[in-house]
Amino acid sequence: MLSIRNLQAAVEGKQILRGIDLEVKAGEVHAIMGPNGSGKSTLAQVLAGRENYEILGGEVSYQGKDLLALAPELRAREGIFLAFQYPVEIPGVSNVYLLKAAVNARRKHNGLPELDAMDFLALVKQKMKMVEMNPEFLYRSVNEGFSGGEKKRNEILQMALLEPKLAILDETDSGLDIDAMKIVADGVNALRSPERAMIVITHYQRLLDYIVPDCVHVLSQGRIVKSGGRELALELEARGYGWIEAEAGTTQSGAVK
Amino acid sequence: MTNPAVERYLADYRAVEGRLPGALLPWLKQAREEALARFAAEGFPTTHHEEWKYTSVAAIEKQAFRPALAGTAAPADALPWQLGGASHRLVFVNGRYAPALSQLLPLPAGAVVTSLGKVLERSPQLAEPWLAAGGGSFADLNTAFLSDGAFIQLGDGVAIEAPIHLLYLSTGTGLAMHPRNVIVAGANTQATVVEQYVGLNGGAGFTNAVTRIAAGRDARIEHCKLQQESAQAFHVAAIQSVQSAGSGFTSHSLSLGAALARNDIATRFDGAHCETTFNGLYVAGGRQHVDHHTRIDHASPSGTSREFYRGILDGNAKGVFSGRIVVHKDAQRTDASQANHNLLLSREAEVDTRPQLEIYADDVKCSHGATVGQLDENMLFYLRSRGVEDDLARNLLTYAFAKEVIERIRLDSLRLRVEEMLISRMPSREQLKELI
Ligand SMILES: Nc1ncnc2c1ncn2[C@@H]1O[C@H](COP(=O)(O)OP(=O)(O)O)[C@@H](O)[C@H]1O
Ligand SMILES: [Mg+2]
Repeated sequence: MLSIRNLQAAVEGKQILRGIDLEVKAGEVHAIMGPNGSGKSTLAQVLAGRENYEILGGEVSYQGKDLLALAPELRAREGIFLAFQYPVEIPGVSNVYLLKAAVNARRKHNGLPELDAMDFLALVKQKMKMVEMNPEFLYRSVNEGFSGGEKKRNEILQMALLEPKLAILDETDSGLDIDAMKIVADGVNALRSPERAMIVITHYQRLLDYIVPDCVHVLSQGRIVKSGGRELALELEARGYGWIEAEAGTTQSGAVK
Repeated sequence: MTNPAVERYLADYRAVEGRLPGALLPWLKQAREEALARFAAEGFPTTHHEEWKYTSVAAIEKQAFRPALAGTAAPADALPWQLGGASHRLVFVNGRYAPALSQLLPLPAGAVVTSLGKVLERSPQLAEPWLAAGGGSFADLNTAFLSDGAFIQLGDGVAIEAPIHLLYLSTGTGLAMHPRNVIVAGANTQATVVEQYVGLNGGAGFTNAVTRIAAGRDARIEHCKLQQESAQAFHVAAIQSVQSAGSGFTSHSLSLGAALARNDIATRFDGAHCETTFNGLYVAGGRQHVDHHTRIDHASPSGTSREFYRGILDGNAKGVFSGRIVVHKDAQRTDASQANHNLLLSREAEVDTRPQLEIYADDVKCSHGATVGQLDENMLFYLRSRGVEDDLARNLLTYAFAKEVIERIRLDSLRLRVEEMLISRMPSREQLKELI
């Protein structure tokens, strides 16, 4: 479904991604872990189409298409969804406008009729129930004044509505208590299917108790320095990242051994 | 003075003075001539004047507008828009009252809602205190040539429930119109007045309006101005209010049209515990120039003022906002705040924003903030990452920016109208309309 080859990207003249290779097949869940600043969010944003990241090299193919050539809105309509690490607040744009615009843009792209107001509300309310969000959040401005947990739930709500083929969750579990984390995990698990894939970026292996990944990758200094199964996450939890970085020669100082 | 523009106006005055309303009233003739003499001495303001530093009126000065007289009022047989619900409506075509298009509902005893022309015919003494010369070159020009306008007077305790809609239609090209409106509200009165300027067929007219408002003790006066003249028109307007103790005055200024629009909006607190809200939105594109100069004089203690202005500038448009707040020496316990936020949608658009606070009292709460920015990249990307098209995302964020000001308009039909006019300028209007 997603094939990343030697992806290199820079922001403000500074190279962040230094050659990422990653294969994600339909039906799989990949976890990406790694220390702060290693480039996890950069990778997620580049995949979603953020324009202020400059692509220095490499290729990304998504369902056989050249992903990097698509505008962000087209990627979304083609089924990519990024749950942001820091969802932005948008004063004056009510949540319901955004959700309606998003759902209908996707439907139109797929040749489906747009939902009318009634059907849309019924659908959205059902999904809100699932993520335990009060319907009043529909009429508030997008993320404005939401607590950290409410913002993350709003991301999961959007994901549940859009039913992406490839969901990328950027530290959606950070700062959540265990109950909220379970809601996030349930949202993700509800979407798991042989046709979909997920990339779950997390700091904590505890999320992976609920969303069991097929592969775990460690990102350090803009490279995937180790990949393994589920047990790698447990080992990282126990031993930290130091040993892997030492092994890979990518300690924060950047010294190559 | 040998300024040809000034000479032209002097000659115009000589040519039409006998046909101006109230021509036989000695006091009015005196006021007109005094105003004209002041105008002749001062001429048009230039960018060397502090108050006109960012707005050149050379384009107005250059053009030989003809004074709009009774005979120049081309018939307008349809109204472009009506205020929803019950409302009083006074229509002026090219500056002259058009009774056939107007409609007055029954009024409570003690209320007068009519045209200034009629007042000058029948009971001119009512208008006399409000037609004095002064107020700067444009106001003087208005006094010299004033032809018509609305006259609203409320005796003590009178409330007019239905809004009073003053609609100024300009149909001609090359006409100068000098409407003068007077709103005199006694103690404990209440009224809402909507002043709307519409250009009907793209003519490059010159509107030079003056509105004087007196809000009596504990009066509640709301004034909404909607300027949507054609993109070739020139529009200069002054709204001057004076408030007695305990009164509240709200001004909304919504400026969407004209090649050049200048609004001077001012109020003065002449008694304690006055309140005022100045709410404004200016939207300009192409080569439009829109300027708001506001002034709030806290001349008495315990007054509260709130000012919210937002501007959206696209193309090569230029915006100017100057907000002066003067807290006089005895105006203790003043509470004033002012905010002006500007959104630039193109590289070439420009805005000059100047908060000007003059504070001569010491027990005062005063705050101000001004920003000039573009659409937020993070917000745009967030919307696009959800599948929203770039254009629609931009329009949605622009709409959201304006909404804060639009939402403060209490008259539903006016609020919806302004919203509709804003959206109709946007490339993704159809999609946006469906969404909201
Ligand atoms: N917009 C930006 N401008 C400048 N530097 C950035 C920007 N975004 C990310 N970076 C830098 O890129 C590096 C990787 O950041 P990020 O991808 O957010 O890491 P992670 O998500 O793994 O913590 C960091 O050094 C960060 O400071
Ligand atoms: Mg991150």
